[in-house]
Amino acid sequence: MTITAVIMPRWGLTMEEGTVTAWLVPLGGTVAVGQELAEVESSKLAGTVEATVSGVLRRTIIEVGATVPVGALLGVIADAAVDDAEIDAFVGTFEPVEVAAGEDESSKPKTIEAGGLRWSYLRSGEGGVPLVLIHGFGGDAAGWGFIQGAIAADQDVIAVDLPGHGNSEKTVTDGSLDAQADAVIGFLDALGIDKAHLAGHSMGGGIAIGIALKAPGRVASLTLLAPVGLGDGINVDYLKGFVAARKRRDVETVLRQLFVNEALVTPALAEEIIRYKRLDGAQPALETLLAALLNGQAQRAQYRDKLGAIKVPVSVIWGAQDRIIPPAHAVGLPASVRVETVADSGHMPQVEAADQVNKILKETIAKA
Amino acid sequence: MAKKSMRTAINEAIRLEMRRDPTVILMGEDVAGGQGGSADVTDAFGGVLGVTKGLYTEFGPSRVIDTPIIESAIMGTAAGAAVSGLRPIAELMFSDFIGVCYDQIFNQAAKFRYMFGGKAQTPMVMRSMTGAGLRAAAQHSQSLHALFTMVPGLKVVVPSGAYDAKGLLIEAIRDNDPVIFLEHKAMYDLEEEVPDEAYTIPFGEANVLREGKDVTIVALARMVRFSMEAAANLSKLGIEVTVIDPRTTSPLDTDTILESVAETGRLVVVDEANPRCSFATDVAALVADQGFKYLKAPIKLVTAPHAPVPFAPNLEDAYIPNAAKIEAAVLSIVAAGGRNAA
Amino acid sequence: MQLDRDTLAESYRTMATIRAFEERVGADSLSGLIPGFVHLYAGEEASATGICLELGEKDWIGSNHRGHGHCIAKGSSVEGMMLEIYAREGGLCGGKGGSMHIADLSVGMLGANGIVGGGAPLAVGAALSAKTLKTGGVCVGFIGDGASNQGTTAEAMTMAVVLKVPVIFVIENNGYGEFTAVSYHSGGIDLAARAASFGMEAHKVDGTDFFAVNELAREVIAKTRATNMPAVIEVAVNRWHGHFTGDPQAYRSAEELATVRLSDPLVIFKKRVIEAGLLPQELFDKIDGEVADRIDSAARAAIAAPPPDISTVTTDVYVSY
Ligand SMILES: Cc1ncc(C[n+]2csc(CCOP(=O)(O)OP(=O)(O)O)c2C)c(N)n1
Ligand SMILES: [Mg+2]
Repeated sequence: MTITAVIMPRWGLTMEEGTVTAWLVPLGGTVAVGQELAEVESSKLAGTVEATVSGVLRRTIIEVGATVPVGALLGVIADAAVDDAEIDAFVGTFEPVEVAAGEDESSKPKTIEAGGLRWSYLRSGEGGVPLVLIHGFGGDAAGWGFIQGAIAADQDVIAVDLPGHGNSEKTVTDGSLDAQADAVIGFLDALGIDKAHLAGHSMGGGIAIGIALKAPGRVASLTLLAPVGLGDGINVDYLKGFVAARKRRDVETVLRQLFVNEALVTPALAEEIIRYKRLDGAQPALETLLAALLNGQAQRAQYRDKLGAIKVPVSVIWGAQDRIIPPAHAVGLPASVRVETVADSGHMPQVEAADQVNKILKETIAKA
Repeated sequence: MAKKSMRTAINEAIRLEMRRDPTVILMGEDVAGGQGGSADVTDAFGGVLGVTKGLYTEFGPSRVIDTPIIESAIMGTAAGAAVSGLRPIAELMFSDFIGVCYDQIFNQAAKFRYMFGGKAQTPMVMRSMTGAGLRAAAQHSQSLHALFTMVPGLKVVVPSGAYDAKGLLIEAIRDNDPVIFLEHKAMYDLEEEVPDEAYTIPFGEANVLREGKDVTIVALARMVRFSMEAAANLSKLGIEVTVIDPRTTSPLDTDTILESVAETGRLVVVDEANPRCSFATDVAALVADQGFKYLKAPIKLVTAPHAPVPFAPNLEDAYIPNAAKIEAAVLSIVAAGGRNAA
Repeated sequence: MQLDRDTLAESYRTMATIRAFEERVGADSLSGLIPGFVHLYAGEEASATGICLELGEKDWIGSNHRGHGHCIAKGSSVEGMMLEIYAREGGLCGGKGGSMHIADLSVGMLGANGIVGGGAPLAVGAALSAKTLKTGGVCVGFIGDGASNQGTTAEAMTMAVVLKVPVIFVIENNGYGEFTAVSYHSGGIDLAARAASFGMEAHKVDGTDFFAVNELAREVIAKTRATNMPAVIEVAVNRWHGHFTGDPQAYRSAEELATVRLSDPLVIFKKRVIEAGLLPQELFDKIDGEVADRIDSAARAAIAAPPPDISTVTTDVYVSY
């Protein structure tokens, strides 16, 4: 009879510790594989720890509110028949698990010069045509935390901080999708990457489309998460609110629009955003990008008619409850495009529906 | 992101601003250290606690200026240079030494703009070590932020950690008014995640470190840490407190304090300084004046006693507010129940 | 005037006591037994001793952060000082002051001072009291080379000259203010000459030579006592240790560090007295032994003593409440 440890997961490459914010199964409760056991928060992400086996939750070691390193023992699942003494022995001798990408180099941001700018990126996994993850307006590489680790098990994955974001230089040119696409091509050149799978979210989706149109030979597949460029509508209040927010409470209010599960907007997440916005150059960069994204109350760049011209596999993923860019933009796309609408997600399917996104992403890559 | 001590964060802030703006200069006693010494070492110390180490080597003697022990001239020179084109950072080694140079700060630098009808600007920063805890006794341990906060024309920054210190110091250097920047000497080694890049934290924007419905705690500098410790302990008793660090006592983010008291109805102010005419009484007065209707219990102040800072460790430990005293103050008003019961 | 044998022996005992006191306090500061900042006077013993020998009970001294030697030379109890420095009950200041604030008004010691330049005006005040109350006393204000630059010092000198009060400013020039050499921090000027320009007689003396210091002090103090005219003595001394305990002294060359102790005021004193046949080597050895015992038992007693009572945190803020 086996005893299984529930451990603090590592989400993304930079997570070092997490806080248990709730136990979702009572001590002694029966759990099934895949059942949500506990809510956990790191400085960047919040999510749930799921059961990997079925059985009974025999121990909850870490109390709510406590912060522990990745790999630490949170609880224990075992059959009801297993002796208490045996479980205690298991707990007593438990060694924290080395969770992939622990102290190794891939968890640290790397930097490279491209187009006269300093770019920061996270790179992990090995082999295959690299997957390049391009975040959205105001996001950063670490926001792909639930995606990068999963895909990197099979291949090389690069999550980039776009200029003006994350740890990259806070200089953007005119901020247009076109110019950003050129910039990312320059980044691929600097890394010596001829061809890549691209996945882009929101503004990053527009950039990915731009790259595929400009340099078709460089793109192996395209996965677009709630991308810009496929319609007029966009939540201008959200964008302007994001740019304007100075205080953490205001940022929290704004960010809630991103998610179905608004509890995912933790004070820590808002604090991260505030800290980013305080960096020299970040605020002007956001203002430039915003001005370039919008044309009055509508989106400026329109790629809808050009999507059919892209010859590599293209998937579009949209959260059914997206409040930033209407899911309706996914309707009526060319037949060559695979469209997936995910039910319980808002504008951030890579957080709220990471498993589905990973599945679609892997399939799109495999199709290339 | 790298963890950095408050010492490193402050050094980085000065370094980045000196690189960005050639009018920024640093002056003070032994800010480099070793001038004229037989060893021919010109960057021997970087301030008595090593905060400005390495700046002389990078920027040279015309921008990192060791001075004689003449604080009045240091502050006056900085004020004069600031109104005439430079952006000096003048170090007052210990804030207690303000006694020998206060005139240059509060009659000169602070008053120029107003006295001259808005025609002058004095972009200087006075950096100074503050606070008790190092057994340095009565003349090297005081918390004198109130002495500066009461002066119109001065902005006063009291950071509570490495991240805030860097962003607030860069803001201070870029600010066009005289700014008093007080560094708690017992916090120099405390580490936090601090970005390598330059960033600014605006003045007058409080940091809400923790939100709870029962009591609002307002605290500064090292007292923020003790308040967070108290908050964690109180949480185990089922009492949830909000901890507000105003970061700057002038300007003061009165909105955040009042909004929080409106939610909790109870206020504890924690201040390492002496209790009379202080930051603690100032915040208490604010809430009594503008937030009386929210209050469910008396306002409690946790401060040092009305006495100088003693030398002996056991006396000094008894003197400085700590988590236990903060918890007791919170419990006293939570237990008190309604306003009439209090 | 030749000092008698007893006075010679006692002067040596004072210097040896200062030395042993400082070496012990220095070691216990480094090992963490003594809290707070500690500035050692070792190497400068002949200055305080030679000058305070000319002072009596009605005379005052003002001191600075490097004040242990001044205290001992003016007659403070070594035991009370130790208790204070180790932060114990019964210390000279009840454990509230520590090394930087030792004061003993009972012997005319106005207090060490944590504020550089803080002491000079206070010395003028004590001299004003002496003059006004006609006690016949004088006040010696000990200041460092670094402190000699302070505005407060300049103001004090001006005040002394204007008021014509019996104060003697003793500038102990040990070559450094903290980690900065006097050549830099005073712009290379002559400190005694600057003081003279305020309108006082100013003198210079080699502070490793007890006899030179003492003879000059006798003459200057007598004159000031008789005339109420302030005066200045610049004493050239060596600071054997760092600015404070724990200072790695990177700014002093290996050569300077190797030679700074060669002109030891205690050794120079002994040699002169033995060669003149005034006191035998055995007496010095005996004094050294007694001093070592006294310092050791004072330190042990201090370490064994209880800390001050917590209730004293708020006492003694005022005379009356
Ligand atoms: C007003 C003031 N400024 C600075 C200091 C810090 N400080 C303490 S001692 C010292 C050096 C004093 O040099 P000096 O007067 O030559 O005395 P020494 O230490 O050499 O005996 C300094 C700068 C202080 N205590 N007070
Ligand atoms: Mg000196």
